[in-house]
Amino acid sequence: MANGVILLWVVLGLAGLWVNDATRWIFPLGALASLFLAAAGLVALSAAPQTLVLPLGLPDLPFHLRLDALSAFFLILLGTASAGVSLFGSGYFRHLDDKTLRLLCLEYHLFLAGMALVMLADDAYMFMVAWEVMALSSYFLVTTDHAIPDIRKAGFLYLLIAHVGAIAILLSFGVMQGGHGIGAYTFDAMRAAPLTSFWASAAFLLALFGFGAKAGVLPLHVWLPEAHPAAPSPVSALMSGVMLKTAIYGILRVTFDLLGTQLWWWGVLALGLGLATAIFGVMFAAVQADMKRLLAYSSIENIGLLLAGIGLTLIFHVYDKDTLAALALIATLYHSLNHAMFKSLLFVGTGSILHATGERNMGRMGGLIRKMPWAAWLMLVGVLAISGLPPLNGFVSEWLLLQAFLLSPGLPNDYINMLVPVAAAVVALAAALAAYVMVKFYGVIFLGQPREAALEHAHDAGRWERLGMGWLALLCVLLGLAPVFVVRQLDQVAQMLLGTQLGNAANNWVFLTPMDIERASYSPLYFLLAVLGVMLLTSLLVRRLYHGRVRRSAPWDCGFPAQNARMQDTAEGFGQPIRRIFQPFFSIEREVPTPFDTHPRYHGKSEDRLWVILYQPLQHLTEKLSSLAGLLQHGRIHLYLTYTFATLVVLLLFV
Amino acid sequence: MMENSELIFAILFQFTQLLLVVLAAPLLTGWVNQCQAWLQNRSGAGVLQPYRVLHKLFNKDAVIAYNASPLFRATPYIVFGCMWLAAAIIPILAVDLPFSRAADVIALVGVFAVARVFIALAAMDIGTAFGTLGARREMLVSFLAEPALLMVLFTASMISHSTQLPSIVDTLAHHQFVIYPSLAFAALAFVIVLLAENARIPVDNPNTHLELTMIHEAMILEYSARHLALIEWASSLKLFAYISLGIALFVPHGIAEVGNWAGLPLALLALVGKLILAGAGLALLETVSAKMRIFRAPEFLGTAFLLAVLGLLIHFLLGA
Repeated sequence: MANGVILLWVVLGLAGLWVNDATRWIFPLGALASLFLAAAGLVALSAAPQTLVLPLGLPDLPFHLRLDALSAFFLILLGTASAGVSLFGSGYFRHLDDKTLRLLCLEYHLFLAGMALVMLADDAYMFMVAWEVMALSSYFLVTTDHAIPDIRKAGFLYLLIAHVGAIAILLSFGVMQGGHGIGAYTFDAMRAAPLTSFWASAAFLLALFGFGAKAGVLPLHVWLPEAHPAAPSPVSALMSGVMLKTAIYGILRVTFDLLGTQLWWWGVLALGLGLATAIFGVMFAAVQADMKRLLAYSSIENIGLLLAGIGLTLIFHVYDKDTLAALALIATLYHSLNHAMFKSLLFVGTGSILHATGERNMGRMGGLIRKMPWAAWLMLVGVLAISGLPPLNGFVSEWLLLQAFLLSPGLPNDYINMLVPVAAAVVALAAALAAYVMVKFYGVIFLGQPREAALEHAHDAGRWERLGMGWLALLCVLLGLAPVFVVRQLDQVAQMLLGTQLGNAANNWVFLTPMDIERASYSPLYFLLAVLGVMLLTSLLVRRLYHGRVRRSAPWDCGFPAQNARMQDTAEGFGQPIRRIFQPFFSIEREVPTPFDTHPRYHGKSEDRLWVILYQPLQHLTEKLSSLAGLLQHGRIHLYLTYTFATLVVLLLFV
Repeated sequence: MMENSELIFAILFQFTQLLLVVLAAPLLTGWVNQCQAWLQNRSGAGVLQPYRVLHKLFNKDAVIAYNASPLFRATPYIVFGCMWLAAAIIPILAVDLPFSRAADVIALVGVFAVARVFIALAAMDIGTAFGTLGARREMLVSFLAEPALLMVLFTASMISHSTQLPSIVDTLAHHQFVIYPSLAFAALAFVIVLLAENARIPVDNPNTHLELTMIHEAMILEYSARHLALIEWASSLKLFAYISLGIALFVPHGIAEVGNWAGLPLALLALVGKLILAGAGLALLETVSAKMRIFRAPEFLGTAFLLAVLGLLIHFLLGA
């Protein structure tokens, strides 16, 4: 069925080229296909792996497809998230002009099909083809508004890093097939190929680099905060919510499935890199003023947490603590799923805001909860979920990850034993900072007074947009309230990759108990019922014993007579403490007006130091090398003929 | 698994504690204020003053700004509900609290976070200068205090091999009396977190409305009448929860064992004694220290975070 869905997407995309109004039919149908894909994934999760050989591609190199538990899980993720995004897109893309819309419809559905194929590929050739389909279609989607120079620049940066990463992935596959010739390009052959620990490490590092470039792991993250804001919001949602997860899928596939042996320092490396990425991402998210850039940096943070989870899984797996490894893996997978839901929700929500206000700078918004209540309340769910608050889904995965850290003592390596509590502290710090970022995001955009007069005309999200956001918000709630069901499904993936499962988590459907009841348990359902019950009781009692009278008046604000919307914190203002505390990490450029300026203008920019330290030297080096190569080019045909001749002579000498 | 009759008793006990904490919390706040008054040579308003204030506030008509959203009106109930629950799941008299199974220590930190995020959002809702200022500062204080608290709780969980509060308290209370070096560090960190999270000197001052210094008060400026009463009550509950959490983690001795109903009166006596001492200690600490500048607060809380991590590291290294 999964193959059918992919085919349907391709057909829908092509149909979009001919159909007059693609948004009305194609996108809702695409969403329906997404739901079928998720259902197919759910069925396949506990079934035996299915394989399929397609006689396509090059002669003697057919495409291999395989649907096992790991693929099935990521197909569920893709299906559920893209269903919401496509529904949203059905409303969102209506304003586009006809030509752009036709192209976009094709690219969008090819992007979806590409991601699904990446998850199903069972040989290196198929994988790279699907990977390229995904990268190229998303490149064209990012540059939908290609008339704007900044967007073209962002698109180029994205394409460049995506391809540097793709080369590393290809090399990693090359190492893994172990020099057994062209027939050994299937994943099955790679699983069977014996690798020394040196070559296994080389393959792992190449894969980490390649997939890390796609995921936005430090220091390969630079494209992410540029490309995500440039793309139309539903595309940003898919890129952030789903495409980054294909990289997580890739790392898991290579590390636990294709490579037969794992080494402990891989885990430490992944853990360290992941934590650095998480802190970096959330720190930068806190100082952003552009709402989509803020979300992009927050995605970097979440990818960091996922990588840290993979690192922890590796460490436990290498030291044969398989139940713990299963716990860490399940926490990682759970968080991937959660992030797909709430990040997609928030990204599509920014689309509605963008349409309503024409503004991406949060400092020029405010009070939108009164103008667009649907978008505001649905996004509140996403904001609470991403802040890791119970009883929503973000908390469950955070809880599972912290449990994995807490259960870790007793590893045979002293250094790792010391590292683990520090790592847990960093995870806790990142989670707490995420709440800071999200209060800023929601408070500055939706609450308070409107900071611009133009916001008076803001309109709420349309019907399809509400439907899409509602679906994603509903999943955030359900994934938060039914963790036992989800963990039971994820156990299948743990069984496949690690050969163990948590098992006893399934004992009781209300209480999530990863180990045993005396150790830890959590019941979001009881929690929610208790809080709601207490709230209801309080409100009834207050009204019964006293009264419920309300008077409306002007805000009090300590009695200050002159107050206006400009006195609220802007986005920069709210992030100022973070900028001040973590000053060494930012390169700050500020222009502060003096009190005597007749036209005071404030301008502040906090940039990434890595850009200066790492990328600019690299850029200079590349330019220098290419200018050296330029010495060979004179534009005269007889010189080029001489080069050709010389090359031929040299080659003949070798042969 | 518990037997049926035991379960019924446990549920009964849970409801008793629920009722007890909500009624007793303002008393603790009154006691701390009274101690402060005595230490500062004032006669004080008496320990019952918080009840009188609550009664007065509940009687008034609520005044709400024109542009307040439903979020603003719902927040006092959410905050009150969260704090009530938090105070109700910490074992203070006996360790068999059935609801503690639904929310362990990590979830407890989560409950505090829910209340904090909602109150910060409500503070930004009206769009006054003070509201956003308070929200920003509150989130600034908490992003260091929350992980520090989590680390403190982790240290205790490591010792007792559980994140369930009843199990932790059971292990720590019925153990032969040893001093854990890791818990000593954790206790220091916990005191700092307690001061910061409950808007106490030196991080915040609950008694002033000076714009340069206020944090918590800046957030709730727009609230009046029953909404304000609920938030004040929630603050009392929060203080009660933190102090009883401190007691549960660091001096749980005297708590009744599972099913030991005869031990309850003694446990109650011990608890009251500890609360009186803790309240007086808090008042003393606040009287002898001065409010610090807002940008010194991150350093102060950073210290707490480092101390807590150090405690956890020591546990890993020494196994104690």
